[in-house]
Amino acid sequence: MKNLSLALGLLLWLALPARAQDAFTAALPGLAGGFGDIAASVEQLGALGDPRGLPVLRALQAGQLQKTADGRLLLPGNTDAATGQPADGAGAEAVRLNNRVRQALRGALGRLQLVSPDAAERGAAAEAIFRSRSAEDVPILQAAIAREPDAGVKARMVLALAAAQLVAPNEEAKRDAIARLGAAGTVEARALLIEARAANPSLVTAIDVSIASIERSLSIRRAAETLFQGLSLGSVLLLAALGLAVTFGVMGVINMAHGEFVMLGAYATFVVQEACRGIPWLAPWSLPLSVPAAFLVAAAAGAVLERGLIRHLYGRPLETLLMTFGVGMILQQGVRTIFGAQNREVTSPAWMQGTLMLPGGIAVTQNRLWIIVFGIAVLLLVIAAIRFTRFGLEMRAVVQNRRIAATMGIRTGRVDALTFAFGSGIAGMAGVALSQIDNVSPNLGTGYIIDSFMVVVFGGVGSLAGTLVGALTLGVVNKVLEPYAGAVLAKVFVLVAIMLFIQRRPRGLFALKGRAAES
Amino acid sequence: MTLRLVLVGAVLVLAMLPALNRLPADSALHVSDFIVSVTGKWITYAILALAIDLAWGYAGILSLGHGAFFALGGYAIGMHLMRLIGPRGVYGHPVLPDFMVFLGYQELPWYWLGFDHFPFAILMAVVVPGLLAGVVGYLAFRSRITGVYLSIITQALTYALMLAFFRNDMGFGGNNGFTDFKELLGMPLNTPTARSALFYASLLLLLGALWLCSWVARSKLGRVLVAIRDAESRVRFLGYDVTQHKLFVFVLSAMIAGLAGALYVPQVGIINPGEFSPGNSIEAVIWVAVGGRGTLVGALLGAFSVNALKTWLTTVAPDLWLFALGGLFVAVTLFLPRGLIGLFSKAQK
Repeated sequence: MKNLSLALGLLLWLALPARAQDAFTAALPGLAGGFGDIAASVEQLGALGDPRGLPVLRALQAGQLQKTADGRLLLPGNTDAATGQPADGAGAEAVRLNNRVRQALRGALGRLQLVSPDAAERGAAAEAIFRSRSAEDVPILQAAIAREPDAGVKARMVLALAAAQLVAPNEEAKRDAIARLGAAGTVEARALLIEARAANPSLVTAIDVSIASIERSLSIRRAAETLFQGLSLGSVLLLAALGLAVTFGVMGVINMAHGEFVMLGAYATFVVQEACRGIPWLAPWSLPLSVPAAFLVAAAAGAVLERGLIRHLYGRPLETLLMTFGVGMILQQGVRTIFGAQNREVTSPAWMQGTLMLPGGIAVTQNRLWIIVFGIAVLLLVIAAIRFTRFGLEMRAVVQNRRIAATMGIRTGRVDALTFAFGSGIAGMAGVALSQIDNVSPNLGTGYIIDSFMVVVFGGVGSLAGTLVGALTLGVVNKVLEPYAGAVLAKVFVLVAIMLFIQRRPRGLFALKGRAAES
Repeated sequence: MTLRLVLVGAVLVLAMLPALNRLPADSALHVSDFIVSVTGKWITYAILALAIDLAWGYAGILSLGHGAFFALGGYAIGMHLMRLIGPRGVYGHPVLPDFMVFLGYQELPWYWLGFDHFPFAILMAVVVPGLLAGVVGYLAFRSRITGVYLSIITQALTYALMLAFFRNDMGFGGNNGFTDFKELLGMPLNTPTARSALFYASLLLLLGALWLCSWVARSKLGRVLVAIRDAESRVRFLGYDVTQHKLFVFVLSAMIAGLAGALYVPQVGIINPGEFSPGNSIEAVIWVAVGGRGTLVGALLGAFSVNALKTWLTTVAPDLWLFALGGLFVAVTLFLPRGLIGLFSKAQK
């Protein structure tokens, strides 16, 4: 019994294309006739849903379909449209179009794309029908949905079907469509429902329920997207502030050139990208490669700055601040002289481009997602370096008590230089991330330096956990305020809020306790 | 003693500049319009430097936001100058300045009321910076925010103000600020009379500010300030109210900076949010550092010499200026902790 039905199904499946082929070849000759015949034939081909109609109609639209004197049709490259075999194209002339044919072509092509072998094209066709929707599309869509292997494309087709059903006369199908549009929760679905509300007085209650559900899911999605944007801004701040947390928080050195180290990292990314351009297999990996490169460049600059200049100013923080500001100016102008004042472009590799759709229709840009991942990875790396390495141990020892550390045989000068280089290197890595979302220009760093200082002051000096919480909080608060107050005023609010916050907790969110707090 | 003689000499030379400007152009002693207007600008810068030196050099308050007080004073007088344009604007509106007509304002915002009176504008140029410094200073000093933390907070303050003033709906001309001024106190601007009047007003204010600052510095209050600078906790334990002392000097300093800004704007003929940029404030700090902080005269010396260098370099080799300025920051902090004045006083010993 089972075998029988299987065989029957197989037979049907084999017979279906064969029957379609008949209809397909039957519809073709009209294309060689007058304009009226052509338009009728085009509509027929569109309604058939045979994939082989697609190249024929495309050739027709491009003016490349030819007919011979004996009524055969030739595709470009002289293949017979009916058989697909090479044919003699001598004496053939192009099939001409008029506006009526063109209009028919547009509709037919849109429908035929539903059976295209390319999934993206099928999706686009479903989208087009969703927008143009007419009752005639219902059977075609139902057939296409039954065939569709790709879940994403299928979902779009189901939506398009709902849109088409809304304008079809069947009341029961309409109710079904309204429920499905409500579940889809998109802005387009809402517009569609609002349009249908006036035309269908009997369905008003069902439509209103669906619209309310769309509004709900839209507002949840908006909140989720704001949260995501805030988190991604926060992780940018985190990257920029982590290095500061090391140099400012751990060493107590105010480095106003920190923003310029970020800028150096971004330029290192640019240089690595240019160097990789000539080597095809390396080019997509230039961005991961530039992470260590940027770290080394900025770390080297930091080590030179510490050993050459800052070392002489320990214990004089105000002078250090002014001096490093001057160094920042020189670095900025130096880069401007070498690379020019115009913005340099760092392209994102293909695997970082595009938008990711999370469940619930939340759109997330890939490069921002990568920045969040990168920020967390760098944070973990920094924590691990401070906790588990010899260098981290020595660094903590010097921070706790410089003299005793020295008597225990730790070379404090070397630790200072390494710590500063470490913090600067992190700034360089922040530059790699920033090159993905901001213009690489000599004054790239200036835009972030004040915010990063705010993060460190807000989170508590010398606390990495505070830096994390501070950065993410500031990022999210900024983005949440933006729609109400505008980007600029949101920033002003945040600055004022931090100043008031320091009133209550002068040592930041995560204040150091015990002896370290007194210094 | 020599220093005082040099100072008197310098003031006399400055005072003669506008007079020499009136000489016929072919005279050997003739001074060009450019020199007069540029020197007038520098004098207002020198007043700003004095204000910074009073706070930083004596009380140890390194404000990286003094440019904000300067700019606020400038905006106050700018509002007055805008009101004086009256119906002569491009749009010819009897009351509203051009940018308000352009932005679709129906009437003057309430905070523009009173700015058609010169005394009120000058009062605001002092009161607004003073109030802002009072609020920020009270909040900061009360919670004992000192040193670099205060510097960063003040920098954030001027940064926030810059962002705010860039907004069109603040009612302060947004990005373009105020310009196209016509006259002040009945004098058409951009005439030799107005130039020399503003020049002498600035010079008088400079002398007044110098006298006031050195009086404060020499008073008992000044000595307490120096003690706070050197050992804040110790002064507090001795029973002095550190917060009040610091607050007083910070507010006074902001008021002087505001007045300097009020004299600056009519001379340069424009004020825009760029004046709030953190870079401007920190550049003003370096004038003081170059001249020698905690000496008042050093601030003047620094303001004039650094700005002279800037004016010269930006015409000769514009690309070099930022290198030079950056180098100044490094060189002064590393090699000249007492500034140029330090060199002279060493030579005297």
